[in-house]
Amino acid sequence: MRYDTQEHAAAVAHGHATTMGLDSRKMAFWAFIGSECLLFGSLISTYLIYKGRSLTGPYPHEILNIPFTSFSTFDLLMSSLAMVLALAAVQRGDMKQGKLWLLVTALLGMVFLGGQVWEFSHFYHEGLGLTTNLFGSTFYVLTGTHGAHVTVGVIWLLTLWVQALRGKLGPANAMTVEITGLYWHFVDVVWIIIFTVVYLIQ
Amino acid sequence: MKSWLTTTDHKRIGMLYFWTAFCFFLIGGLEALVIRAQLVKPDGGLGVSAETFNQMFTMHGTTMVFLALMPLSAAFFNFIIPLQIGARDVAFPRLNAFSYWVFLLGGLFLNFSFIAGPLFSAGRLSVAPDAGWFGYANLTSRQFSPGPNVDFWLLGLQILGIASLAAGFNFVVTILNMRAPGMRMLRLPPFTWMTLITQFLVITAFPVITVALVLLMFDRIFGTHFFVPQGGGDPILWQHLFWMFGHPEVYILILPAMGIVSEILPTFSKKPLFGYTVVVYSGVVIAFLGWSVWAHHMFSSGLGPIADSVFAGATMLIAIPTGVKIFNWIGTMWGGQLSFRPAMLFAIGFIAMFIIGGLSGVTHASAASDLQQTDTYYIVAHIHYVLFGGTMLGLFAGMYYWWPKMTGRILSETLGRWHFWLTLIGMNLAFFPMHFSGLLGMPRRIYTYSAQLGVTQFNQISTVGAFLIGVATLIFLFNLLRSLRRPADAPNNPWGGATLEWAIPSPPPVYNFTVIPTVTNRLPLWQTERHGPMAPLPEQPPKPIHVPGGSWWPMITAAGLPVMAIAALSRFLPLVFVGVAIVIVGIYRWAYEPFEM
Amino acid sequence: MAEHQAHATTGTYLRIAAILVMITLLEVGVFYVPAFQSVLVPVLLVLSAIKFALVVMFYMHLKFDNKFFSLLFGGPLLLGFLVVVSLLFLFYGGVRLRTGM
Repeated sequence: MRYDTQEHAAAVAHGHATTMGLDSRKMAFWAFIGSECLLFGSLISTYLIYKGRSLTGPYPHEILNIPFTSFSTFDLLMSSLAMVLALAAVQRGDMKQGKLWLLVTALLGMVFLGGQVWEFSHFYHEGLGLTTNLFGSTFYVLTGTHGAHVTVGVIWLLTLWVQALRGKLGPANAMTVEITGLYWHFVDVVWIIIFTVVYLIQ
Repeated sequence: MKSWLTTTDHKRIGMLYFWTAFCFFLIGGLEALVIRAQLVKPDGGLGVSAETFNQMFTMHGTTMVFLALMPLSAAFFNFIIPLQIGARDVAFPRLNAFSYWVFLLGGLFLNFSFIAGPLFSAGRLSVAPDAGWFGYANLTSRQFSPGPNVDFWLLGLQILGIASLAAGFNFVVTILNMRAPGMRMLRLPPFTWMTLITQFLVITAFPVITVALVLLMFDRIFGTHFFVPQGGGDPILWQHLFWMFGHPEVYILILPAMGIVSEILPTFSKKPLFGYTVVVYSGVVIAFLGWSVWAHHMFSSGLGPIADSVFAGATMLIAIPTGVKIFNWIGTMWGGQLSFRPAMLFAIGFIAMFIIGGLSGVTHASAASDLQQTDTYYIVAHIHYVLFGGTMLGLFAGMYYWWPKMTGRILSETLGRWHFWLTLIGMNLAFFPMHFSGLLGMPRRIYTYSAQLGVTQFNQISTVGAFLIGVATLIFLFNLLRSLRRPADAPNNPWGGATLEWAIPSPPPVYNFTVIPTVTNRLPLWQTERHGPMAPLPEQPPKPIHVPGGSWWPMITAAGLPVMAIAALSRFLPLVFVGVAIVIVGIYRWAYEPFEM
Repeated sequence: MAEHQAHATTGTYLRIAAILVMITLLEVGVFYVPAFQSVLVPVLLVLSAIKFALVVMFYMHLKFDNKFFSLLFGGPLLLGFLVVVSLLFLFYGGVRLRTGM
């Protein structure tokens, strides 16, 4: 949801003309994030309930690569930092910095995705397929759903970056960037939980 | 035609929801009549095969819950909520159109299964879903349901879930953020309040069913073992995930009807709603408790004594806020100047029938007695008293009440009375004997029964009742259609209602309000001890009002979803990318088209 | 919406990032130290909860933003958490009549 006339976007972004004085898109997006909590809550429940119930290997401790995933976690945390810097830059009208940090965020997201592709194919060669055992099914569906969210986020960030290159993204659209950021940080906190629940607590 | 396909006007979308959902309601009703005709005598009255019978009860349940009751409520959300809160439209008009198109396509996708058999070389015309509306694992597994039937069900429900979620976010924001000046939260009409609570249930419960359906889809398409015991999976997990959604869903179905009744009783009693604040808060409490009782659907799965006790106790607690509401409704009528127009008759019928359904609900809140009742016709009796006697009577009440506002025509009162009494007698004939046939041991979902079971007469009465409901519904349909042939001559406020939707013409102009009213109290159109009615709004807008234009992109974006579903259904997975491409193009064009609010 | 910029500056963001990285290092460290094995699960859960809270409060601005957003997010978050806890209790916590697993 984006408004094309910049004045109008600015008016809405500053919460004029809404009952609670809050931006409607931002409110809808927080409701969406709340809803996503239940989506990932159900997936994490499924993972935990089926933990230790696989009938055949490979089992988590045989295959999960903590140093590698720690790097992925670090990468995603840094992308969150880049995202807030992008937002701060756009808000103060520094589009040069804004463009830079948007691109950095997207690139770090792509690094994470590349890592996930490598991890999945590595696991697959180690003998853990989607249907091998319950660990494989729950692992791939949970982390894959997260990866799909990261993918959407990367496309979204690149869209904003292209808009910024074309001079169509300015401080008047700060709310759009802020909402993108909310999405991106939420994807990050989901990973914080997955890193602990799936990788570290084996 | 184009203006309807591209419309983003909440009133038009409301009418689209109404007629689409009403058609599905008729289809679901026909399925019920097939079931009842088959059960009219022992060993099958209509000669329906077991396969067809399974499809009929599965599609009857699925259709009524997802394609009739929820979207009929949504018709009122769309049409009435912006008017009640003094807004020109919902917060996101194009998202609203998107919800409708997704709902329509999801409904068509599900019902397409009735004629899709030849495409799957199934050897029969219909491959409709046949594993029950709650699709218990492991009946839905590849092994036990090899055909496309269950795929239609799980994919159709995923599509419909997207429609509900999108509408949920939209209405949460609309109600919180689009209120007219002075419309504080505790001045919101009760229907708006119940809608807000309902939408919070939607946005928290639907993600859970989405996950369950996705896991089932992986089991069926890719051969995972989430619900397959041979691979270590646990079918009980399906029941948990389904009912974690399914029980809030019950309140998603009933709370809007409770809101409608809370509007109608004050209007036709000429008294404000008794204990407005308590009605609102008990709705909130019902929603909270509604999230904490899902496992009472699963007592027979062996949860253990601790879980049984907790869920039984929590379930019985729901009787308290529900009882509070019932006493408030009775208190509203007490000493009022009652006028028994059709809307009022249906509202009172709602209270009476819902009490019966609520009481039988308390009987199976107890785990011990539930073990006797579960999977029998006793449960069928209960759900029909709450969902037909409750939700559907409430929705009929709303139709008589708001039809003048929606179309400018008042429905015939004579036909309305026939409709009401035939419906009330029909439903009691149909559903009351089911308590007995259930307690005598008649299981639900069987296509034949033996004469020795001693339930033949009860079943015959039920069948007569079901057909009476059918006749009553045809009378209602005739009433609706006949009204549309007359000129739109309804006054602004035909019933003397207190809320803002009655301050504007019937049907409302496209901009709704010539000027956005400033609200100073909860009953703006009424003369009470404390205040007079608000000044009438000017007949013409004092300055031009900008109305957003239409958009093709919500519909086009929605069209990508069934394409993805067909990809999964046909196992031709590259087609997924076509669906994704449609959605992506739709979203980009949507986001960057000039569309001003 | 200008009010929250007064509270969160680039310096704050960098400090939060440093804390997040340190906690992550701590988590991985705890994972590899055998002495911590007995308290591994509670320690890791607390550490990840701290990271979660820091990102949500500072990067998603909930600490400085309108309290209503915290409610809109916190309510479903709590519900999601209770779903996980109660499902784990239902499957592994109580006396279960089912056999086999």
